[in-house]
Amino acid sequence: MIGKLKTREFWHTELAPKGKLITPFNVITLPVILVGIVLIVIRFTRGLGSVTNLSQEFPWGLWIGFDVLVGIAFAGGAYVLCLIYYIFGYEKYHPIIRITTLNGFLAYSFYAAALVLDLGRPWNAFNFLIGNGFGFSSIMFLVAWHFFLYTICLLIEFAPGIAEWIGSKRLWKFVNMINLGAVILGITLSIGHQSGVGALFLLAPAKIHPLWYSEFIPLLFLVSSVFAGLSMVIFEGSITQRVFRARFDRKDEDRHNGLVVSMARICAVTMFVYLFLKLLELNHGQEWNLLATPYGYLYLVEVVGFVLVPLIMFARGSRNGSLGMIRTAALLSMIGIALNRFNVCIIAYNWYLPEKYYPSWMEIVVTLTVIFLELWVYRWVIHRMPVWGSDPVWERDAPPTAEAAHG
Amino acid sequence: MDRRSFLKMLAVGSSGLALGARPGIARAAEAGDTTEFCAVLVDATKCIGCRLCERACAEANSLPEPDLGDRSVLGTRRFTDVSRFTVVNRYETEKGEVYVKTQCMHCNQAACVSACPVNALKKRREGPVEWSSNCFGCRYCMVACPFDIPKIEYDSPAPSILKCGFCFQEKISKNEIPACVEACPVGALQFGTRRDMLEEARTRIYTEPDKYVHHIYGEHEVGGTGWLYLSPVPFDQIGFRTDLGTRPYPQYTKGYLTNIAVVDLIAPPLLLGLSYIASTRFKGTRDEREDETQGEKP
Ligand code: SF4
Ligand code: SF4
Repeated sequence: MIGKLKTREFWHTELAPKGKLITPFNVITLPVILVGIVLIVIRFTRGLGSVTNLSQEFPWGLWIGFDVLVGIAFAGGAYVLCLIYYIFGYEKYHPIIRITTLNGFLAYSFYAAALVLDLGRPWNAFNFLIGNGFGFSSIMFLVAWHFFLYTICLLIEFAPGIAEWIGSKRLWKFVNMINLGAVILGITLSIGHQSGVGALFLLAPAKIHPLWYSEFIPLLFLVSSVFAGLSMVIFEGSITQRVFRARFDRKDEDRHNGLVVSMARICAVTMFVYLFLKLLELNHGQEWNLLATPYGYLYLVEVVGFVLVPLIMFARGSRNGSLGMIRTAALLSMIGIALNRFNVCIIAYNWYLPEKYYPSWMEIVVTLTVIFLELWVYRWVIHRMPVWGSDPVWERDAPPTAEAAHG
Repeated sequence: MDRRSFLKMLAVGSSGLALGARPGIARAAEAGDTTEFCAVLVDATKCIGCRLCERACAEANSLPEPDLGDRSVLGTRRFTDVSRFTVVNRYETEKGEVYVKTQCMHCNQAACVSACPVNALKKRREGPVEWSSNCFGCRYCMVACPFDIPKIEYDSPAPSILKCGFCFQEKISKNEIPACVEACPVGALQFGTRRDMLEEARTRIYTEPDKYVHHIYGEHEVGGTGWLYLSPVPFDQIGFRTDLGTRPYPQYTKGYLTNIAVVDLIAPPLLLGLSYIASTRFKGTRDEREDETQGEKP
């Protein structure tokens, strides 16, 4: 179909914006993006201090805490679903695999960009790659490499969608061929960097409040990325279903709802494991007495309010098939993850100092800019590429024989 | 907390003991050369708070000159910053006023060095910990340093990580002693090999046991540091953290790094095997599903 168009025409129609320009979404996001871009220019010409509230005591703020730590956890759905679908062979997840890898890829690309904003000396950003200093003993080095390679894996995993869009059968075949490799590597790399972003904080034993510092931090981050990622998939799914309603028929919707219930079950189980680890850690560190302090209350809010409660809701929701409850639980658990990452990186970090860090409005606007830009690209892609995982034209029409595949 | 620190001590195990027994030459012994770590011994009983070391430091590192006449700054605790790599603070203690100089401790096994992803921070075999410009400004060193020493220039579009470099380029490499040590009029600072400085510190404690608390701060803290301190009062009274433990910081991440290396090696074949098993096990259901969808096609 697409292949019949001339290439020039194809790019012309495809690259141009589709749909109305004046929509509520555009009206809200465009001004924010414009302001954000100005702020980014200021940041690069006048230094980090000109837009952020970072200080010598709090070298990591919103951009690391949210864009990177929370962002990576939320994007965990891609590796979890790949594990379930490709490795464990649960075929029913097929319809949401591609959209989830797309989300993962966009998230990683944009958060990498956000990370560059945060780097003090961004022109050296690739030093870890090109060997201008290999910090083999550094967790940051490990995370950087795993993060970088994983982004490539995600691109390969999503590439069939791109191939179908531009109608290149050759590319399609090639990326499908290496797909399993990318998946396996991707999962491995995800274990590495999902736990790795937690492991960064192993080096701050004397700075992070004992309720959050733990030798288990890497494991806690890894396990929580499973339910954080799936919660995001559930949450996104409910939004996409609403926004892109025209693209779904009833059958799709039913099938999708079935998946939501299955994912809720996985969330409940992993949250249970997570809580268990948390409890173990609390006991191991003999930190019970700390619970009766202000930081203890914060800890309880995080662990009870945003882990235990959504855990119960996930469990009940998946038993009664109540989508509303599951979606609320997903939202709660996402808030919980954000709170947890903020706690580790900002709130419980240097907690004994009188000075505190609060993000400046400019840091918030830049963060929103990154998110909105990602949504723009996401929308652009979704309107063009086949992301809801039906087979491409040539596969659908051709009889499933060996000759056809070669023809 | 007790149990944990006990576990930590166990974990440090032999390496910690080796460091204690042969201070300063742990690294050199490994490398097979005889260079010893250098060190400065700070004797807080001698310091008079004149801040001449601050001025000498500023001069050696081309930093803004501190106003030594202004004694009021001693009243509130100051920290090192991008414009001053060392500061002298005054503390009211059980034995009256005590002055203490702070700067980078030049740790034997530095947290900042192990944190840096691009080796921009390096421990020289002579002992100093230095920063170089291939840094990309992630500020992980600032998070990791237990003494909050590395500082970044937030107001510059091309910021550097700034901290005391032990005057290695400026002085030590030219066989001179660090500017601050040279400037001290009362001999509160003494420069030498780490081994000699520990000897010196012990001797002072033995000869005047009532003058000092019997602890050399930096001998074992975080695996040993290049700056060693003697104090007339317990160290928590003069602004030192006494909860850092003796475990060298790289040890906190070593286990994890090994684990991930193992995961990176083992996970791919494991996943491949699993996917193969699943593909044969689910073969039946997959065909069914395909039949089903085929049949459902309009
Ligand atoms: S005191 Fe901090 S900056 Fe200095 S060597 Fe030790 S860890 Fe590095
Ligand atoms: S800020 Fe620079 S010196 Fe510090 S850890 Fe990052 S790259 Fe290394």
